[in-house]
Amino acid sequence: MEGTFHASSYIGYVYPNETIIPWTVMIVVYPYMTGLVAGAFSVSSMYHVFGMEKFKPVARFALLTALCFMLFVPMTLLLHLGQPQRAFNAMVTPHLTSAFAAFGYFAAFYTLLLMIETWFAFRADNVIRARNSTGLVRTFYRTITLWSDDISEKARAYDEKWMLSLAIIGIPAAHGLHGYVGFVFGSLKAREWWGSDMMPVIFLFSAVISGIAALIVLYTLVSKLRKTPIDEACVRGMAGALWGFLMFTVLLEGLEFANVVYKGKEGIEVIMEYVTGPLFYRYFVLQFGLGAIVPIIILGIMFMRATRGKAFIAGAVIASLLVLMNVFLMRWNVVIGGQEIAKTMRGLLHYHDPGGRDGLAVALTVLACPLVSLSIL
Amino acid sequence: MTCEKDIDRRGQTAQGDEDDGDARTGRRGFLKDVGKAVASIGALAASGTALLATKQTAQAAAEPGPPAIAGYDWNEHQWGYGIDATRCIGCLRCVEACKAENDVVPTAHHFRTWVERYVWLEGEERPHVDSHSDPDNVAASGSEKEYRFDNRYQGKKVYKAFFVPKICNHCRHPSCVQVCPTGATFKTKDGAVLIDHSYCIGCQYCVQACPYGARFFDPRTQVTEKCTWCYHRITKGLKPACVEVCPVNARIFGDLNNEASDISKFVTENRVQVLKPETGNAPTCFYVGLDKEVS
Repeated sequence: MEGTFHASSYIGYVYPNETIIPWTVMIVVYPYMTGLVAGAFSVSSMYHVFGMEKFKPVARFALLTALCFMLFVPMTLLLHLGQPQRAFNAMVTPHLTSAFAAFGYFAAFYTLLLMIETWFAFRADNVIRARNSTGLVRTFYRTITLWSDDISEKARAYDEKWMLSLAIIGIPAAHGLHGYVGFVFGSLKAREWWGSDMMPVIFLFSAVISGIAALIVLYTLVSKLRKTPIDEACVRGMAGALWGFLMFTVLLEGLEFANVVYKGKEGIEVIMEYVTGPLFYRYFVLQFGLGAIVPIIILGIMFMRATRGKAFIAGAVIASLLVLMNVFLMRWNVVIGGQEIAKTMRGLLHYHDPGGRDGLAVALTVLACPLVSLSIL
Repeated sequence: MTCEKDIDRRGQTAQGDEDDGDARTGRRGFLKDVGKAVASIGALAASGTALLATKQTAQAAAEPGPPAIAGYDWNEHQWGYGIDATRCIGCLRCVEACKAENDVVPTAHHFRTWVERYVWLEGEERPHVDSHSDPDNVAASGSEKEYRFDNRYQGKKVYKAFFVPKICNHCRHPSCVQVCPTGATFKTKDGAVLIDHSYCIGCQYCVQACPYGARFFDPRTQVTEKCTWCYHRITKGLKPACVEVCPVNARIFGDLNNEASDISKFVTENRVQVLKPETGNAPTCFYVGLDKEVS
């Protein structure tokens, strides 16, 4: 039996083993999801740690969103592994020089932190729900509050204190987790498109914008579904943060690209051939143009003209959807793009979706899972 | 030829688990002991034991135990590989021998060793490069299991041309070993970079990290594969299959600790080069007859 594999077509010269692209769309979704987690957590912390009152309406929702996405992050990696049943080898016997060996610890620690913080955030509500219900429903809420029944001022202050501490630890944890994903790519010297010191920084900034954008979209969507009024000041606050961080992100990504081009090291010909050829549309037109410049302009015009009401919400949602596309494409263009440029620096490969458990359909399903859990929760 | 593969950390072969007693001193044996201990003292103590196990087995991963191969001491050898590109005629017997000896996936996309062809045509500044896995060359062969270079340059004015055999460089500072999250791939005391297939999780981080494209994912076993310098042969005093079959001595193998060995002579009598020295990987595969266009 020869096993199934998906060889890529190519132009120029590539090493024979390179015709099978190692990391698939699953590894695109993985940093996309950790980015959403870090970004959503940032929004939550703006209220919980920095006391920005205007973010209060989304603070707990942001926490829950981060948790829902975080729960499914390991799924992307497990689906990608050839031997997923051995995944714990990396935790039981970590090879300490590997940038990836600490992932299990990082992820487990942060997931636990998120779960505890979310528990505190929703504890009082769940206690009230338990009190106001009977039968199995009551048992359910009693169970998820872990049989706590105290919602006095003192107990709530205690909850708040814990949440503050956890949120403070959570900020470096969330950003550490994601910055470290950037490091995994940035530290790979074998690939010109990845091996950059700026990679973790770019990953972090794009994570923040994706998280804010996701929250703007989800918050307005959930408010519509629940028929609750949308807090415009809150959306305005998030849109402002999105606008500012987006400008930084685009600048950093532009600088990174300018660096590669300006240095013009060996193999620059093939990189230029790539960015002006197969990458042009999804890099310059979609990622930079439609995904970054357009939302910056939309948000800019709205802030300049002091747009209010439904028009502002609609504009913010459209800009956010474009930013979400931008960040997904950024992950795609980094992860898949880096592998489409051959290590020979003499050829370009063309990624084909392998299908199956490592393919696009399953990846999108995994990406949808947090949304389903979020709707249930 | 024998076909013993799946050499694990102790250099044992899949078919040759004759010395199971010694194996217990290895990581697996240690883990078994830990497992028993955990079972007996209960769940409460498990977390503490696991922490201890983590620490000790991490050390085990960094320093693999010696191979349990009768009459072989890996402290006595320092293997090295040489390639004289000026001699290679592109017959590809090495590639076919490697595939047969090591049961490499029989396709045009999985190789432990391969050969590249560099051709400059008159009036052109840069070379045309291809390997036997090029679709036109596969078509010329008519099979993905036999390899040859086609005659695409026939009738054209070629002013410079040569072949370059490629293989895992068994680097002194291998980036593949650095990134492996479990320590399944490791550097042996005698210089080879090997993979413990029973411990690899198949993440392919090492495939990404190798600057030379020497690693691939085996679709049959779902773990990573690469050249072992035919470790099952060299530890018995034989040469790797590719070296054995090369009709023009373009491939040289031997013990760098032995001054009289072919490889020692090759390295001392020639001005040798390595591929991509800027990566800091420090290959132990030395070349003669490279060109500025070869990377």
